[in-house]
Amino acid sequence: MSPRIGVVTFPGTLDDGDAARAVRFAGGEPVALWHGDADLKSVDAVILPGGFSYGDYLRCGAISRFAPVMTPVITAAGAGMPVLGICNGFQILCESHLLPGALTRNQSMHFICRDQRLRIENTSTAWTNGFAHGQEIVIPLKNGEGNFNADTATLDELEAEGRVIARYVDVNPNGSQRDIAGITNARGNVVGLMPHPEHAIEDLTGPSLDGLVFFSSVLNALVGA
Amino acid sequence: MARVVVDVMLKPEILDPQGRAVQGALGRLGLTGVADVRQGKQFIITMDGDVAGERLEQLHALAAELLSNPVIENYVLRVEADA
Repeated sequence: MSPRIGVVTFPGTLDDGDAARAVRFAGGEPVALWHGDADLKSVDAVILPGGFSYGDYLRCGAISRFAPVMTPVITAAGAGMPVLGICNGFQILCESHLLPGALTRNQSMHFICRDQRLRIENTSTAWTNGFAHGQEIVIPLKNGEGNFNADTATLDELEAEGRVIARYVDVNPNGSQRDIAGITNARGNVVGLMPHPEHAIEDLTGPSLDGLVFFSSVLNALVGA
Repeated sequence: MARVVVDVMLKPEILDPQGRAVQGALGRLGLTGVADVRQGKQFIITMDGDVAGERLEQLHALAAELLSNPVIENYVLRVEADA
């Protein structure tokens, strides 16, 4: 039986359809999870997809973080379940304190939408184990508030522990400190990523197939577990 | 009734692109000598009854947990009686 990967839909989520499709393409079974249900339906991993949950009111992710579904997500993440937050999902993970730091308004004030080159710097997480260390990939990036901020001590700790999983290459699109595009928690099961791997899984619509590796990685992690 | 006012500002070390854009606009509209602009949020919470003790502690906790993000923001809370 293929692993069951939950994809959460909040009011204002946009990319749940693509995330579920990416899971299916990678060989997993996507399971729709609803923000209002404190029920993970026995999934093996959870994806918090991109979008503008609750209209980004108050702060991006600030209200979603208190949605009923987040209570079991936070508990499961603490117990080691793989959790991937993409874009708005990354913001929700930071607001939930599952990941350190915060994502603020792009330095340029512009909403950025481009195919972005990244360098993968940690290949031991549940979501990046299928990459080669230092591998450069191109996946879409689309955000208005993707500027990763944390205090110097936190940034130094992330660097020292190898917890920066991906960095922007060529261009830092949003002003993120130290070109950070994605980070992981100490255990390597929770990953937050600003660009969108779920939009780079097939030739017809994506700039590459690089995104699919995030989804096949978690299947490897779960099957190996 | 009591009025609880919570001001939330980005920490001084966090870049405020919105404030910077407003600063630019002030300059374009002829205001000279603008050294800096920071933009924040104000919440005005009208409460039934007095606000003190446990309720005030609860408000402080929620100001830190929900209304602001301590990673990037500071808040100041004050209670104004007789809303």
